[in-house]
Order: sequence, then structure tokens, then C-alpha cells
Amino acid sequence: MTQVSMTVNGKAVSGDVEGRTLLSSFLRDQLSLTGTHVGCDTAQCGACVVHVNGEAIKSCNMLALEADGADVGTIEGQAAEDGTLNVIQQAFQDHHGLQCGFCTPGMVMSAAALLKDNPRPTEGEIRKYLEGNLCRCTGYHNIVKAIMAASGQDVSSIAAE
Amino acid sequence: MYSFEFEKPSTIADAVAALASEDAQALGGGQTLIPTMKQRLAAPSKLVSVSGIAEMQGVCIEDDGSVAIGGATTHARVAVEAAGSYPALAAVAGQIGDPAVRNRGTIGGSVANNDPAACYPACVLGSGATIVTNTRQIAADDFFQGMFTTVLEEGEIITSVRFPVPQAASYQKFLQPASRFALVGVYLARFADGVRVAVTGASEDGVFRWSEAEEALNKEFRPDALMGLHINPANMIGDLHGSKEYRAHLVGVMTKRAIEACS
Ligand SMILES: Cc1cc2nc3c(=O)[nH]c(=O)nc-3n(C[C@H](O)[C@H](O)[C@H](O)COP(=O)(O)OP(=O)(O)OC[C@H]3O[C@@H](n4cnc5c(N)ncnc54)[C@H](O)[C@@H]3O)c2cc1C
Ligand code: FES
Ligand code: FES
Repeated sequence: MTQVSMTVNGKAVSGDVEGRTLLSSFLRDQLSLTGTHVGCDTAQCGACVVHVNGEAIKSCNMLALEADGADVGTIEGQAAEDGTLNVIQQAFQDHHGLQCGFCTPGMVMSAAALLKDNPRPTEGEIRKYLEGNLCRCTGYHNIVKAIMAASGQDVSSIAAE
Repeated sequence: MYSFEFEKPSTIADAVAALASEDAQALGGGQTLIPTMKQRLAAPSKLVSVSGIAEMQGVCIEDDGSVAIGGATTHARVAVEAAGSYPALAAVAGQIGDPAVRNRGTIGGSVANNDPAACYPACVLGSGATIVTNTRQIAADDFFQGMFTTVLEEGEIITSVRFPVPQAASYQKFLQPASRFALVGVYLARFADGVRVAVTGASEDGVFRWSEAEEALNKEFRPDALMGLHINPANMIGDLHGSKEYRAHLVGVMTKRAIEACS
């Protein structure tokens, strides 16, 4: 066991992990931050996306020890302390951007990373950015719509085919 | 995943020392190695992460104008930082996988792995790049030795990859949408002294140069120059995503697109 320390959603945390402990397991099993979902565990689906030093990564495919000293952001850190949803989360609710909700934490974290670099993405840019986030309920149109709305753009012309 | 020891040195020398122990293996971005270990197809006794080695990070322009990429530089960083100096290389990096994969995966890991459908090997071979390791410099033509095989020795680390910059170059990737790798990808580079065409995704021997196309294009650089040239389907990859014949045909189509993009 090796001690690992990092900042998660602004709070300093530490724990003992094995070399093989994944960041997703550390977050879920040791910190009880179960908002980060593990869908495929093979780096395909994006349900486990979190931010490490501001960058979106698949936490099922990164060792916890590789995040030693890092600044980690998870879905639990997106809403305000009092539970008020942030603009992306609220847009997902307003535009029905989730059905079962399993993919949603990864979708929201990917969307947040996209909007940080590209505050007003086109519909095409959003679809391209979400290539690594799969929704088994196939609610892609409304997810894209929610992200466009969260970036302050008019979504009335986007069809929900 | 079986258990293993983990080390994260901050210099190449310390990494080489850590890799000297039996069954130790380098860890780049882990985008290939971690899934492989989860499937128990690899079981190293120790992983030596190269992600904390500052001298293996970043993009720089050498005195002779070539572009050197540190072996531990992520695809996302190459996509941004090489865009000015070698746009076709940056475009390759920007097409790999998805944003989260690009934020972790590295050029050294991709080139060392030599997946038969990976993008970087085509770019490295098509550019005639040099692979620089802790012990030697290896020409791309000598480096790739067939599917998942390279001339790298046990414990040898790719510290950088140096690309001469062509007059024009283009990577044409026919996406395999489920894996996000190339079903077939062609990298074409046009230098003052000749054209290089490298093909990924197609052959059971991994990345290769299509020398007949190079010869034809050296005589006449236009899509029609490929007329009459065919890839033999016999040793192409055939799987549920595409037959051998389909892949052989795609090599010609993607090469033509690359020629058009460079004309
Ligand atoms: C969903 C998904 C989609 C992908 N799509 C594509 C794609 O479209 N195109 C593509 O080309 N690739 C794709 N990849 C693969 C990706 O580019 C990997 O990042 C890459 O193949 C391996 O790089 P890595 O840094 O993650 O290496 P690792 O997984 O850490 O290591 C891979 C191998 O290289 C060795 N190694 C690592 N670094 C070094 C070094 N510096 N020197 C010597 N040996 C080293 C390791 O020991 C291991 O054997 C995809 C991966 C995923 C998960
Ligand atoms: S659980 Fe990590 S990508 Fe699917
Ligand atoms: S809402 Fe069910 S997986 Fe996306």
C-alpha cells in the first residue's frame, strides 16, 4: 500500500492504495463519491470522466497513484454547496438531457471541459467532443441541446428527431 | 489486474534504472496498457510511469527545422503545440480516439505499442521520422517490425520522436467508429527529394510503405498516377468490420484523397 494525496472538489484527501487501484475505484470505494459511474471499465464509454488538473480523463483508465498531488474534479463538485445545480446540470434537466442518468455524470464532466475551452461550441463541435461518451438510452439530441443551451445559445431550431 | 509495484521517477536516468528489474514495464498514458492488464494479457511486476519526466514533455523545433516531440507528450498537447510547425502531424494527434483518451495517451506509448490500426505509426513512417531512445536513434524504416512489434529492447524508453517537416502532408483516416482507430489510414508526405506513403489499419504485418505508389507519385504527383496500381488483398486484415479486399481497395481510395489534399 502507498499513500496517495490529492485535492478532490476543492478538499484535500488522502488514502492508502495499491499500485493497481484505479482512480475510479479510489473515488467510489474509498471516498464514497459514487457519482462517477463505471460503465464499461475498458475506456470506451466515458461514464467515468472526471477532471484531472482541469482536463477530462477516463478515471477507469488511470491509476490513482498517477493522480497523486493532482487537482481532481468530479460530478459531486459541480453543484453549489446548497445543492443548486450549475448551468450545465440545470440545462440537462430543462432539456431532458437524461433518461436513466447512467451516462450523465460523464456527459456533464465532458461538457464542462468542452465549455471551458470553447464557450460557444457549434452543434457539430459538441457532437465531435462527445465521441467518447456513450448514452445507452441514446438521448444524444437532447444532450447536445442541453449543452448548447448551457452555453447561452438559442436551441429552438435544434430538432429532437 | 494482477498487483504490481509502481514507480514514478522524474528523470530518464531514474526511469531506466527502475526498468532494469525483471518484468518491469514503462507506463505512458496507460490508454492501451491498463486495459491490457485488466484483461490479464500483460502482468508486469512493476510499472514505471514516464509521465513525471519533464525532459520527455512538449514540442520543440530543432536547429535543422525538424519538430521533436517528447516521448511522454499527450496527443492533446501535440494537436495544439505542433499545429504551427507541422500541421499534418497535429491533425493526426487530434484525430486519435476521443478527447479524454487524447488527454492521457502519449506518442511514445503509441509508437512503442505499434498497434496495426494506430494512427501515429503511419505518421512516423510516412514522415521518415527518427525514434530517439535512451540509448540510440532509430530510423522509422527500421523501427516497426510488424503488428505490435518494434526493435525496442527490454527497458528501452522512447524519449522523443523527431520529424523532418515535408513540403506538404496529409493523413486520411477511414474511421472504424466503434474502436475509433483507423479501419484504414494513409499518411502521405511530399518532400523535396520524394514522396512517402505509409498505410495503417490494413496489413497483417502492421504499418507499411506503399512503395509502388511512391514511385508512381515521384514521376507524376496526381491522383491518376495510381491508375493500374493495386494492393494485393492476400495479407490484408480481414475481420467483421471489413474484408481483405475491402481494405485493399480503401488503401487506394485514401491515398487518392491524400494526394488531392496535398495538391
Ligand atoms: C477509446 C480509445 C480509442 C483510441 N483510439 C485510437 C486511435 O484512433 N488511434 C490511435 O492511434 N490510437 C488510439 N487509441 C490508443 C491510444 O492512442 C493510446 O494512447 C496509445 O496507443 C498508447 O499510448 P499510451 O501513452 O496510453 O501508452 P501505454 O498504454 O501506457 O503503453 C503502451 C505500451 O507502450 C509502452 N510504452 C509507453 N510509453 C513508452 C515510452 N515512452 N517508451 C517505450 N515504451 C513505452 C508500454 O510499456 C506499453 O507496452 C485509443 C485508445 C482508446 C482507449
Ligand atoms: S467506465 Fe471508464 S470509459 Fe467506460
Ligand atoms: S441517459 Fe441512460 S445511458 Fe444516457
